Amino acid sequence: MPDGTMPAPILDVEGVTLQYKTKDHLVTATYRVGFQVHRADRYVLLGPSGCGKSTLLKGVAGFMRPVEGTMRLNGQEILEPGPDRMMVFQEFDQLLPWKTVEQNVMFPMLCAGKHPKAEARERARRFIDKVNLTKFRDVYPHMLSGGMKQRVAIARAMAMEPAILLMDEPYAALDALTRRKMQEELLELWDDVRFTVLFVTHSIEEAIIVGSRILVLSPHPGRVKAELNCHQFDHTTQGGADFQALHRKIHDMLFAERIEEEKANHG
Amino acid sequence: MADAAKPAPPVRAEYEVAVGEAQFGEVERPLSAWERLTNVTWVRRAFIVAMLALAWEIYARFLDNPLMFPAFSEVCGAFYDAFVKGPLLGRMATTIQVLLTGYATGLALAAVMTTLAVSTRIGNDLLATLTAMFNPLPAIALLPLALLWFGLGIPSLVFVIVHSVLWAVALNTHTGFRSVSETLRMAGQNYGLTGVRYVIAILIPAAFPSILAGLKIGWAFAWRTLIAAELVFGVSARSGGLGWYIFENRNLLETANVFAGLLTVIVIGLFVEGVIFRAIEAKTVRRWGMQR
Repeated sequence: MPDGTMPAPILDVEGVTLQYKTKDHLVTATYRVGFQVHRADRYVLLGPSGCGKSTLLKGVAGFMRPVEGTMRLNGQEILEPGPDRMMVFQEFDQLLPWKTVEQNVMFPMLCAGKHPKAEARERARRFIDKVNLTKFRDVYPHMLSGGMKQRVAIARAMAMEPAILLMDEPYAALDALTRRKMQEELLELWDDVRFTVLFVTHSIEEAIIVGSRILVLSPHPGRVKAELNCHQFDHTTQGGADFQALHRKIHDMLFAERIEEEKANHG
Repeated sequence: MADAAKPAPPVRAEYEVAVGEAQFGEVERPLSAWERLTNVTWVRRAFIVAMLALAWEIYARFLDNPLMFPAFSEVCGAFYDAFVKGPLLGRMATTIQVLLTGYATGLALAAVMTTLAVSTRIGNDLLATLTAMFNPLPAIALLPLALLWFGLGIPSLVFVIVHSVLWAVALNTHTGFRSVSETLRMAGQNYGLTGVRYVIAILIPAAFPSILAGLKIGWAFAWRTLIAAELVFGVSARSGGLGWYIFENRNLLETANVFAGLLTVIVIGLFVEGVIFRAIEAKTVRRWGMQR
């Protein structure tokens, strides 16, 4: 909780309830969820499917308005989507197929009108270099592999220098080897640029490796279960006892919920 | 554990191989000249056309009745004469001018209707109802009405062409817009794009394969409708079009000229499909990997 010594958070989510409509139901995705993301945080929203973590991210992105509570970015209430919260989606088709890699990275900068064309190109090239795609700058997205497409999406988001980077299970559709490599690259990139990221995942392991702090959510509807630190862990400590202990702790939190639920359903 | 009745794989020795280079005799080899030639689409299609022409020529010579079925060489001669000395070029120009006017008007109206349809619910209902009503109605069936309203002349022709283009293009474009993926939509909104900028920068290119299909269908419909309309009421004001040329020459029993007129229709169709639309496809949807 913020006190006198704490700096003001970049993202302040307070008592947010999100609901969406399906054809016959009004579903409550999250119930009175609150958390704060500070500068250079790698903040992870973790929970099983149905805990509303993706919905929460969509709320922060501005695609949904909360029915209760507020979400503020640098003190400003979030009302609609905007390029100060660039999003990396799970799906590979998030790149515009009619633009080359470089044009894809440049496009949001040109849309926002923040940079003139020459500067946008220069920035695009710099970030494409950072994600190791220099050779593929003039290639269309359909010629790239899934991992490469996600790298382009990350470069595109980072080149905008958003206040906060939103990542919605960006590696969930990748194979295990590529995923590990991408996680390492993201951490290297973070070490280099020190961006702020809000990261959604359902993998406990990924949360501990990628994140610096984890918000554990319970399902149906999503409520805050715990907020944990994990900045000390990465791939190199993955086999260690502390890592395993944290993994087990989170696992039990999510698993206990499931057992209780099953009891309730059968009882 | 081990049951004699259940099959189990044999345990084999492990081994590792040092994968070196130069183990393959031949990594790649250029194809032969014949293979490369037959790989070119237009060469194969030109061959088919040449064979058809040959069959036509032989059959016509065997029949020996130029009034009913002139030979291919005769038609080519008539085609050349009609083009260089005769009125065919002028007729063609008249037809194409009317066609382009109608096509462009149809596209403009389709653009307005689909923009309305994606931005408002009532616009969506309007487009859905109108396309359901008018798309199955052959445009040529409206010609009598058009003649009544606009008289003998180009406005009537343009009216029926617009009718034949509008619904096909609007339907395809609208379907294309609706099938743009949710992720791409959200990405566009994430950039802060709204309204017309969003439609131009995201929806139109993302729906381009469907839009292009609509443009092609619209073009074919317009072309057919126009030739049919010209055949029905022929000459407008001063100069007739291709349909009139065909009709006129049939009355004069200049069968070779009738064929020359038909040939012109086919050649223009081939040119638009094979050159113009193909070039657009190559520069857009194929290059973007949206279509093979």
